[in-house]
Amino acid sequence: MRVADLIQFNLHLLLRQWFRTLMILLATAVGVAAVLLLTGLGEGARRFVLDEFSLLGQDTLIMLPGRKETTGGLPPLTGEGTRDITLEDVAALERLPEIQMVAPLIVGNAQVYVGGRNREILTLGTSARFFDLRQLSMQQGQALPQATLEQAGSVCVIGPEVREILFGAAPALGEWIRVGDRRFRVIGIVEDRGESLGMDVSNQVIIPVASAQQIFNTQGMFRVLLQVRPGASFDSARQRVLELMQQRHGGERDVTLITQDALLGAFSDILHLLTLSVGAIAAISLVVAGILIMNITLISVSQRTAEIGLLKALGASANLVRLLFLSEALMLSTLGALLGIASGYALLWLGHSIWPQFPVSVPFWALSGSLVIALGVATLFAWLPASRAAHLAPVLALRGEVHDA
Amino acid sequence: MIRLEQLCKTYHLGGESVHALDHFDLCIEAGDYLSVMGPSGSGKSTLLNMLGLLDTPDSGRYWLEEQEMGALSEEQHARVRNQRIGFVFQAYHLIDRLSARENIELPLVLTGVPPRERKPRVDELLERLGLEHHATHHPHQLSGGQRQRVAIARAVIRRPALLLADEPTGNLDSHASGEVISLLEELNGEGITLLVVTHDPAIGGRARRRLWMQDGALIRETDGDGNTVNSESDRADARR
Repeated sequence: MRVADLIQFNLHLLLRQWFRTLMILLATAVGVAAVLLLTGLGEGARRFVLDEFSLLGQDTLIMLPGRKETTGGLPPLTGEGTRDITLEDVAALERLPEIQMVAPLIVGNAQVYVGGRNREILTLGTSARFFDLRQLSMQQGQALPQATLEQAGSVCVIGPEVREILFGAAPALGEWIRVGDRRFRVIGIVEDRGESLGMDVSNQVIIPVASAQQIFNTQGMFRVLLQVRPGASFDSARQRVLELMQQRHGGERDVTLITQDALLGAFSDILHLLTLSVGAIAAISLVVAGILIMNITLISVSQRTAEIGLLKALGASANLVRLLFLSEALMLSTLGALLGIASGYALLWLGHSIWPQFPVSVPFWALSGSLVIALGVATLFAWLPASRAAHLAPVLALRGEVHDA
Repeated sequence: MIRLEQLCKTYHLGGESVHALDHFDLCIEAGDYLSVMGPSGSGKSTLLNMLGLLDTPDSGRYWLEEQEMGALSEEQHARVRNQRIGFVFQAYHLIDRLSARENIELPLVLTGVPPRERKPRVDELLERLGLEHHATHHPHQLSGGQRQRVAIARAVIRRPALLLADEPTGNLDSHASGEVISLLEELNGEGITLLVVTHDPAIGGRARRRLWMQDGALIRETDGDGNTVNSESDRADARR
């Protein structure tokens, strides 16, 4: 049978039973659209997180105290080193030719008071370098001043959320706040940029690192961010940093250097797995659509026994009869899948236009996978009824209708 | 052209065995016109199904145009049905969703004949059977006689050697019956071997060879003048 004739024959049939056709189309389309939608959102979330985390840039090293085995997993968040990373260490690191800039980091929760209000707020002790490294821009005022690391200045920069919490509608710039037992003057408000590295600067108070040492009563850095000089080899910079720290810490290699890649790799893996699993869950709906196709094809076979007998009498072989039923199911699921792809993309596009900062993108494996599953499931589930039709004895099939008529 | 040798077919109905064909022998020459008559359950439809390769015998052999059918595969049977055998059924068996033209060309469509070759053949038949105005009509828009003519057109579109008609006039009034039978006889006149299974002695009586069946066996055969050519007693003698 010619392909064009086969398609026309099936079209006659599908149009004739339009309601049944519509239901199968709907079931398949919903399944495919669900796969695309969920994986599109999952992949979007992954990219969103990666984009946000990439703010540090590819040329940044993160140093934490203590020797940790980092094999791609997330480093522990509390690093207790054998020896603190001191401000002297930071200064020494900054003098390395391979390193462009170094930003020390002390992080802790501190009670912050303004007038009658007080809140516990995440407080970052760092230097002016931090603003360059994180490429933070200011909404109002200025960043921390360039000063020696040891200078415990009484100035702070706050995030917009902190400003909102502490000052409400009142002007914040130039006001004094108390963090722990020290007073700071607000000299700047950071531009809101959303989440980054799990640390949202918009709800943090940023103070000079020496002041943080006093407030939190610690000498050691929580983290040190190092930016490799452009053009310098990343690996050799890493090596030099480790050697310097080893030398400074009495021959003991008691710091860990991680790259953003290691960090992001772990996050990316998790989110990828998440996308994969929601995709798989959505694919279940495709299997359900396949079972629907099987049932409907079974009904179709039993309704059309007389026709099958006739076709056989007219010279259709068993293989041709099977092909007729399989191609009908395949046509249905192809149409349904196309419909699903169109509506899935339309919905994602709609979502993207409503929330533009969220990147949506359907991974290719999800697109091709949903197509393959839709068609595969249709073939698989139509095979049984189609074979049943193919093996009907023509005489029995023909007799079937005489009774019906 | 056709030779049946010791053909047997037994159906099992509710624990009882029914011999639909009981060691059945038959020879048919090319261009013959036969009718098969007999009471219900005499095995005449089974005979027709065997000849049409719609059913397979339990034992015995069947030669069609010097070929042993039992040796052929299911695929080959399908090809023989398509190219050498035409069927006309009592209930027409037209496909409702297809137009008269599409019904007629179905045997060609199934074997992949391209549309430009199909059209002239269907047009020719439509005109010949006086159906040219009904080409686009669907079966439910046609009268019984017209439907049976469409079915006959479908049966002969492949120019088969053998035309099998199972009660072709069973659902028709006498006028339409006459038309259909004349049409079948006209086709027989062109050399197609015709076998009609019928209850109606008036229809059966028009055939050159008339077979009477009972309990799966041939009990009598008469020729065009009503003379008994062959009867069960003769056969019994011959066997002895």
